[in-house]
Amino acid sequence: MGILEVKNVGKRFGGLQALGDVNLSVAERTVHAIIGPNGAGKSTLLNCLVGKLIPDTGSVMFDGQSVLGRRPHEINQMGISRVFQTPEIFGDLSVLENMMIPCFAKRDGAFELNAISSVMSQKDVVERARHMLDEMNMADKQGMHASSLSRGDKRRLEIGMCLSQEPRLLLLDEPTAGMARADTNNTIDLLKQISEERDITIAIIEHDMHVVFSLAERITVLAQGTPLVEDTPDNIKGHPKVREAYLGETQTAA
Amino acid sequence: MFGLTKRDTTLLLVVAVLTIFAPFILNPFPEGSAMAQFNAGYPDLMQRLVIFGIFAIGFNILFGLTGYLSFGHAAFLGVGSYAAIWMMKLLTMNVIPAIMISVLVAGLFSLLVGWISLRRSGIYFSILTLAFAQMSYSLAYSVLTPITGGETGLQPKVNDPRILDAALTEGQNPRANLFGLEMGTSYEMAVGGWIFTFNAGYYIAAIVMLLAFYLSIRIFRSPFGMMLRAVKSNQQRLNYTGLNAKPYTLAAFVISGMYAGLAGGLLVAMDTQVGAERMFWTASGEVVLMTILGGAGTLIGPVLGAGFIKYMENIVSKINKTVLEQWFAFMPDGIEDFFITIVYPFVGKGWHLTLGLLFMMVVIFLPGGLVQGGQKVAGLFKRKKPVDDKPDGKTTPAE
Ligand SMILES: Nc1ncnc2c1ncn2[C@@H]1O[C@H](COP(=O)(O)OP(=O)(O)OP(=O)(O)O)[C@@H](O)[C@H]1O
Ligand SMILES: [Mg+2]
Repeated sequence: MGILEVKNVGKRFGGLQALGDVNLSVAERTVHAIIGPNGAGKSTLLNCLVGKLIPDTGSVMFDGQSVLGRRPHEINQMGISRVFQTPEIFGDLSVLENMMIPCFAKRDGAFELNAISSVMSQKDVVERARHMLDEMNMADKQGMHASSLSRGDKRRLEIGMCLSQEPRLLLLDEPTAGMARADTNNTIDLLKQISEERDITIAIIEHDMHVVFSLAERITVLAQGTPLVEDTPDNIKGHPKVREAYLGETQTAA
Repeated sequence: MFGLTKRDTTLLLVVAVLTIFAPFILNPFPEGSAMAQFNAGYPDLMQRLVIFGIFAIGFNILFGLTGYLSFGHAAFLGVGSYAAIWMMKLLTMNVIPAIMISVLVAGLFSLLVGWISLRRSGIYFSILTLAFAQMSYSLAYSVLTPITGGETGLQPKVNDPRILDAALTEGQNPRANLFGLEMGTSYEMAVGGWIFTFNAGYYIAAIVMLLAFYLSIRIFRSPFGMMLRAVKSNQQRLNYTGLNAKPYTLAAFVISGMYAGLAGGLLVAMDTQVGAERMFWTASGEVVLMTILGGAGTLIGPVLGAGFIKYMENIVSKINKTVLEQWFAFMPDGIEDFFITIVYPFVGKGWHLTLGLLFMMVVIFLPGGLVQGGQKVAGLFKRKKPVDDKPDGKTTPAE
């Protein structure tokens, strides 16, 4: 049994069947990529995992527990962190503060009325946030307003924020989109290192095949809301169905 | 000092000095001079300046930090006032129990209102709070008349029970006091042409205001304050980072409700009366104006905004035609009339017009309020150092 078990999940938006009948099993401590043409339903699937959407049918189990019906912060506290397709950070806060918030969430849980002591006196959190920024090569930017970061830096910050929580399952929705080549390679190295060193499972959605084939141990191809195939990267590369799905991309996207 | 950074300590000390010397600062013109009507150094107005400062400081914790715009905070001020006056009727004219109960009752009421209103955000939240406040207002006028005194309002009466106080002798009136020190006690100091008034009630309200201000600085700089700013910045990210935004916003709502109740209690401590109009929606709107005018989300802004509006309400509104005639008397007749005709609509009863124009100009040209204006002026005098590269890496959004 995988750490994440998605069974018969379906989701319909009005007349559009965004997810048909999705079955997916992600094994613990692996990197599992989900690929597919635009509009295939990849982000919708992630939304069903983190409590943003409730699927019409099916079940989602994380580590033997159902996530359906739980609220986003509860699911996160179970150990699932998500990086969004468009960077979601706290634009009005400094980079350091951005990094401290997940550290507080990890230390204090979903709510803590800590209204008198100053933020900077929380040495453990400050330390941890600085360390994390170091690891993301962003230490020099800690005083900046997060909204003034470049798109690639916003992404890296968001990835760092998720990693600082030490999630058991990390969901990445196109984490390298908008990054320069060098940053993309740094991110690949970082994710590789993390997945080797830590007790972490990664599910990654990515259009950049270089990223996919550098990281993934298993790949699921999703097209029009249904998984076409699931296999190892080597087998996926030459798979006729995959080629077909990608060649037909312009049609499915329309 | 006091667990604050150097910068915040300086700010606190400046505010403390200004409030302590307010009787001088607000009375710059000698008695009887043409400018004397711009003097604001009389007890009633000075009390209002600091009390509405407290109201706005609290409102800013909700609106300035979380961005949730409540249009019903006057309800908490009103409820606090009613609670305080009942303490004075039933228990004692000492202001301490009155003020404490006003905070408590306003806190409980805001817990209820916040619990329900915070199910929605944005404009729907604002409408819900407005609806609650207007409901409270109409209830106070109608069915709750036995508790609120309806249209006449409430005042301590000679024959109230007041179980802790000694019975009043013939002809004595119940007076609000702090262990015997009456709120109305004033000491007048005449220096040359000036008369400075030092009023017990003002100083008590001022000390409470300084404590409230200090507490708000601590809240702003705390992890809780940071979470509130995170709610405003990106609530979605907060939720997907494992934090439950609801209790954070609710706590902010209740804290600001308690500040409003404290202001309501202090108002009663000063003038020992309350009426339902205190809860009318314009009163809720006023604290919004104060906060935005001064600078929402800044530390000192709401205090400035409250002072500014209360000053105008009391001073500009008192300028009438006779006063204008005095001012422009030196001009030739035709020109004098011309100037009076132009200025007249903006003063006296027309002070709202002046306030409205000012508010529009601030929102358009200084979205950060008077604080931003001050920063701009300061920036003209010294070349501004970038705030971003401070060694602790913390940007300070609040002044
Ligand atoms: N909240 C929504 N309401 C209505 N339709 C939606 C909603 N979210 C997604 N869709 C539709 O569902 C389909 C799948 O969208 P989804 O975002 O999951 O695709 P994707 O595989 O992530 O694509 P991309 O690679 O472009 O990110 C699309 O046709 C999209 O328009
Ligand atoms: Mg997507």
